[in-house]
Amino acid sequence: MTTTLLLVQALNGLQFGLILFLIAAGLTLVFGVMDFINLAHGVQYMVGAYLVAAFASWTGSFGTALLLALPAALAFGLLLEVLVFRHLYDRDHLDQVLATFGIILFLNQGVKFVWGAAPLNVPVPEVLSGSVEIADGLLYPVYRLAIIAAGLGVAALLYGLVSHTRIGMLVRAGATNAPMVSALGVNIRRLFMVVFGFGAMLAGFAGAMVAPILSVEPGMGDNILILAFVVIVIGGIGSVRGAFLAAILVGLVDTVGRSFAPNLLRLVLDPAAASQSGRALAPMMIYILMAAILFFRPSGLFPVKR
Amino acid sequence: MNHITKTLGLAGLIGLAATGAQAQEKLKIGLLLTLSGPSAVLGQQARDGFQLAMKDLGGKLGGREAEVIVVDDELKPDVAVTKVKGLLERDKVDFVVGPIFSNVAVAVHKPIVDSNTFYISTNAGPSNLAGKSCNPYFFATSYQNDQNHEVLGKVAQDRGYKKVYLLAPNYQAGKDALAGFKRHYKGEVVEESYVPLNNLDFQSELAKIASMKPDAIFTFMPGGMGVNLVKQYRAAGLADRIPFLSAFTVDESTLPAQQDAAIGMFGGSNWAPNLDTPENKKFVAAYEAAYNAVPGSYSMHAYDAALLIDSALKATGGKMDDKNAVRAALAKANFKSLRGDFKFGQNGFPVQDFYLVKAAKRADGKFQTEIAEKVFDDYADAYGKECAATN
Repeated sequence: MTTTLLLVQALNGLQFGLILFLIAAGLTLVFGVMDFINLAHGVQYMVGAYLVAAFASWTGSFGTALLLALPAALAFGLLLEVLVFRHLYDRDHLDQVLATFGIILFLNQGVKFVWGAAPLNVPVPEVLSGSVEIADGLLYPVYRLAIIAAGLGVAALLYGLVSHTRIGMLVRAGATNAPMVSALGVNIRRLFMVVFGFGAMLAGFAGAMVAPILSVEPGMGDNILILAFVVIVIGGIGSVRGAFLAAILVGLVDTVGRSFAPNLLRLVLDPAAASQSGRALAPMMIYILMAAILFFRPSGLFPVKR
Repeated sequence: MNHITKTLGLAGLIGLAATGAQAQEKLKIGLLLTLSGPSAVLGQQARDGFQLAMKDLGGKLGGREAEVIVVDDELKPDVAVTKVKGLLERDKVDFVVGPIFSNVAVAVHKPIVDSNTFYISTNAGPSNLAGKSCNPYFFATSYQNDQNHEVLGKVAQDRGYKKVYLLAPNYQAGKDALAGFKRHYKGEVVEESYVPLNNLDFQSELAKIASMKPDAIFTFMPGGMGVNLVKQYRAAGLADRIPFLSAFTVDESTLPAQQDAAIGMFGGSNWAPNLDTPENKKFVAAYEAAYNAVPGSYSMHAYDAALLIDSALKATGGKMDDKNAVRAALAKANFKSLRGDFKFGQNGFPVQDFYLVKAAKRADGKFQTEIAEKVFDDYADAYGKECAATN
């Protein structure tokens, strides 16, 4: 196992982590600012992927499809907010979990109804379809590098928005003490709606970006939702900065751990046992990481001060 | 009292009517297949193959009018058991044909054979049904699950590959696949890598493969996983350097999505669309004309299942009453299989040839697997000897 392999796996981990960040950013804001548990956040990721697949087959261009899919994902998020979520803000968490779980079931069946159960294929855009040789004999698709660039770009944009604009200040204030912000004359409902729509659009963006490299299918958001929750819990609920660091951390630990756990264990165990237990250990690593971080910092890495 | 007599009388009448109708009654075949969800295409192939055979046989099996009842098992063993009970008790089918998946096959096995109904598998061939739990009512027109993997193990061994990288999803069939591969492969396994079931991103596996530089990789990645692995393997530039050996990963069900990325990749099979027999040529042409898709082995097994039932009923003169006679006729396999040589072993599984197949693009732009070489001749599965001699 060489240093180059470690670097390649770190790159893979970074790419995975950035996708996780795009999903977790919206989730952590909605949870932190509105104290609202949105299990349906994963299906918004799925809807983004389906939208881009539909627009790509309609227009024939991934770029145009992405430009159309983003406002569509935003509109869809706002529609869900108006129709369902708005009525749940004052309810307790159990009601929110039940209602948003219902939306998962409804939308998973919905996309099956509209697009069928078979996975859809989204072609990689022509300009980004090449690959570069980054290690001896391993070509790395340019498109994955584009995902990394887009993820970092969105992270920078979010940092600017949250830390240096008025609306960002209100969002941060809302995360700390929503009733007080409301008492100071801010329309907190409208703020909620903006945050919600924005979060839905980010999740949709993540889905759209992975559509060409993964297959677009019903239920694709369910597994990633669990990881997104791990990320926001590690990062500290409501903190975008925490979500960013935690997402990168989870992406790296998961990818690098999966490929190196058996090798590390081989130092202390015999090869057969190392490969056996490495295999068992690899999928657990991120949860062990979460448990360890919560043990030392119960509110996550960057808790929002209340 | 009067009431009871009436009921009994009525029951007697109904019973009489039933026996009277027996002679003209249609033969009933229950097709149990996965027809929804991501794997639906496999069930559709089998259904279409069976129905094409029915069309070619003029809607009759062994000279008797036949009715085909198609049910969807939803790839859920519990759902499958409920639906099979409906087929057995409500529809009173004479044969159950299917399913695609082994977990379904094992779940419905007991209800079917316990009701003394013939059960013909068109794909699933779990080891217990071939070995310890073999049953005189069970036949398979497909293969025992390990065999396609054994083909690749034999090929890797014969080609003198020293180091092979194994990759499979982390569930029972994935582990069985790698065990099947290792039955004939004696070289070094550099890594036995398991990914979570339904994993779709293989980038970190590919990085590992590139750094380990094995002589070949062997993988079992059915459905959408296979589509993604093949596309990513090609994009990573590995396809031209490290031979890609696989089973159930590159076939007619995944090729429409993999397209050019899969060309030159290897699989193991008991048949391929370009197998050169007159029956097979006719079958492939008719299937493509009817369903606008290249048939896979799923269709071929189902087509053969219809021919098998037809041959048995011809031998019994269309009668199902004497189950032993039907069984003896089935076991003879007196029909011309699309794959050429075909006979049953004592456990009801075929003894047949196996081939190394290669994905290719045809002149008309469609994709199919083509035979590269014959690997096993008249090959029986490894579990037949565990099957009790009473069968």
